[in-house]
Amino acid sequence: MTAITLQPRAARASRTGAFLRSVPPGVKLAALVVALYVLAAVAPGVLQPHDPFSTDLDSSLLAPSLQHPFGTDQSGRDLFSRVVEGARQSLAIGIGATALSFVIALVLGIAAGLGPRLVDGGVNRFLEVLFAFPTLFLALLFVAVFGQTVTTQIVAVAIGTAPGYARIIRGQFLQVKGSTYVEAARAVGHPYPRIVAQHIFPNAMRPLVVMFTLGVGQAIVWASGLAFLGLGVAPPSPEWGALLDAGRNYTTSAWWLEVMPGLAIVLFALSVTVVGRHIQERLEGKVKVQAL
Amino acid sequence: MSAPLIRLEGLRVAFGPTEAVREVSFELQPGRSLAIVGESGSGKSVTARTLVGLTGGRAQVGVDRYEYLGRDVSALSDREWRKVRGKEIGFVTQDALVSLDGLRPVGKEVGEGPRLHGWSGSKDELRARVVELLRDVGVPEPELKARQLPHELSGGQRQRALIASALALDPSLLIADEPTTALDVTIQAQVLELLEATRARGKALILISHDLAVVSRMADFVLVMREGEVVERGPAAQVFGDPQHEYTRKLLDAVPSAHSRGARLSPSSAPRLAVVPEHRTAPAGEGPLLRARDLVKSFRGPDKLARTVVQDVSFDLARGETLGIVGESGSGKSTTARLVLALETADSGVVELGGRAWSTLSERERRPRRREISVIYQDPLSSFDPRWPVERIVGDAAEDAAQVSELLDLVGLERSLRDRRPLELSGGQRQRVAIARALAPRPSVIVCDEPVSALDVSIQAQVLDLLADLRDELDVSLLFISHDLGVVHHLSDRVLVMSEGRVVEQGTADAVFLNPKHDYTQRLVAAVPRLGYQREQVAA
Repeated sequence: MTAITLQPRAARASRTGAFLRSVPPGVKLAALVVALYVLAAVAPGVLQPHDPFSTDLDSSLLAPSLQHPFGTDQSGRDLFSRVVEGARQSLAIGIGATALSFVIALVLGIAAGLGPRLVDGGVNRFLEVLFAFPTLFLALLFVAVFGQTVTTQIVAVAIGTAPGYARIIRGQFLQVKGSTYVEAARAVGHPYPRIVAQHIFPNAMRPLVVMFTLGVGQAIVWASGLAFLGLGVAPPSPEWGALLDAGRNYTTSAWWLEVMPGLAIVLFALSVTVVGRHIQERLEGKVKVQAL
Repeated sequence: MSAPLIRLEGLRVAFGPTEAVREVSFELQPGRSLAIVGESGSGKSVTARTLVGLTGGRAQVGVDRYEYLGRDVSALSDREWRKVRGKEIGFVTQDALVSLDGLRPVGKEVGEGPRLHGWSGSKDELRARVVELLRDVGVPEPELKARQLPHELSGGQRQRALIASALALDPSLLIADEPTTALDVTIQAQVLELLEATRARGKALILISHDLAVVSRMADFVLVMREGEVVERGPAAQVFGDPQHEYTRKLLDAVPSAHSRGARLSPSSAPRLAVVPEHRTAPAGEGPLLRARDLVKSFRGPDKLARTVVQDVSFDLARGETLGIVGESGSGKSTTARLVLALETADSGVVELGGRAWSTLSERERRPRRREISVIYQDPLSSFDPRWPVERIVGDAAEDAAQVSELLDLVGLERSLRDRRPLELSGGQRQRVAIARALAPRPSVIVCDEPVSALDVSIQAQVLDLLADLRDELDVSLLFISHDLGVVHHLSDRVLVMSEGRVVEQGTADAVFLNPKHDYTQRLVAAVPRLGYQREQVAA
């Protein structure tokens, strides 16, 4: 999930120093932030000053201080520890929803992009219907029917975001399919399945690596939106959207209950996007142009 | 002598550590024309843009002296430049489709200059002025065209509209950066005529071009630039007739034409064969290697109307022969190539390869025989999988990947380049990789679709030499497609001239180009700009 593992060739040991120097400081900072979130998801205990679930009514609704950097909630639980604890569920929703969304989108997009014209037309009409239908409403409906769990959140967000990805994937496949190098491979006399495996698939999928990184940030924001509408993961889960939902009633008296989890979401989405964009630029060779 | 209109001394432009232009100086009188020629990266376009203050924020510009109309313009701000640009200096860019706003009617664009510089008359008067400007530059139906969007105009009309907008405020100097590069040769001739007429009306003209022939026809004075430096300067007659600098001579030698037939274009590549066969025809008793009969192909446009792009095209290609196909854009020459390669199915007509059926086979039957014919594209970069290194690109087409080194040697590429990816190669290297790939299956026919159109003239010369060598050495036949008559004449034994999908004339290269019969061919041949001055050693 970190930037380093996704880097192509350039990251080989001998070039590590040069690679690190070529990454702008802002991107390094963003990558560090992403790494902290991943740490929070994997080993929350390392970062938590307090037990995220122990209530202490004597210290309820305390404003942010050195002892409680994000303040405390109505039951006196340390909000920072809860945000850290929520990272696991929220990242799971972000990554899971994006992954599921990609699977749906890949099936539709590849069928449309590589299949016969009839299939392409069918998939396109289907996507148009999905686009015309308010996807947020669809997601809300899904959660309302199937209950408020992490799984339903993942499926709901995936349904909401898949049509957009399917369109992009279809376009990718069509573009690569019509490229001169695919025609050149045909002229060499390679059978079509081999051309699909060697040229079309890898080249069409290349930009999706970046789209995935960007998608995770967006999926978390989506899930938070659902939660804010009261259709997120049920409390007392510290999932970020659920935290937002729980703080809704205290907006005027205890602002930190809304602002701090909100900032955590924004910071994550922002960092992931910065890292994703940087990878995108590298893969597309923009760095080379800048260096000239 | 009158005072110079423009005087430039010691212009230097750098982008960070890269010096793009070093010490360029010239002066120009009203009614005269100056040409700046050079290959890509020579700094000619940067020089042109700097002259109108468009170098961009990241450039460091230094100049000892820059005067225009007797006024010091070396330190103008962006805001001050905006008053000069358009009003006092007109600037015409390359590629009018990109330079015109696609969402605005052409007339609006042409009228923009007058409006920004304080048009005093009414809207109707401005409209009338725009129509007049378009008519002056030879745009047909100017009232209609002024209301249309750029994509509704032809390439030549767009370029004229761009020139009209540069002339709208009647500037004393017109700077044209590669004004005809994207145009067909007959359209190019018209645009050059228009520029010449403008100069004859007393305007000064600065023409930036990579095309020596265009320049030799248009310019009074010439600057030859290489890598940011002026290597030669002087009156056109002197620069073209008696070039002093080695680089200028090399550039002039590299221009393919009727005179260069059978000769080498590039000094660096020594001839590999002692004797170059003068003319090749099929040996007695052997049929043609490639035989196309009555090919017809039509495509359905977005308006559901079928357009015939290839109509009754027939030709033969003998072993070791080069057949050139020339024509302007839309003439159907590339579609003919795709039909020959069986990448497109003809509506009717057949192609036979090696005396056996080819176009009528099913793809499954054809696949094993695809090794007999290969292709070189205009833009090698887009014809390579961007992820693959050279070794894999070439090896993929060869029967045995071990042949890659041999193939790289054959096309004059260093073996050390085998690990590079296409993006890490120069334009000339890329086209050599494309040739290596085309040779890999040991084909008997190579279809070359505009293989040198995207290359600088000296690189083009090397690639043409290479193709000629390989053809003679390996006894392979070339179907050579190009819009450039000089290139085709240089390389081809026989030529087909295509126009609007039909073959209008065919014969030996000399017969077609030196003595054209069909009036389209005559127009085409007449429109080709030629080096206007004979080199002394050539004449001698």
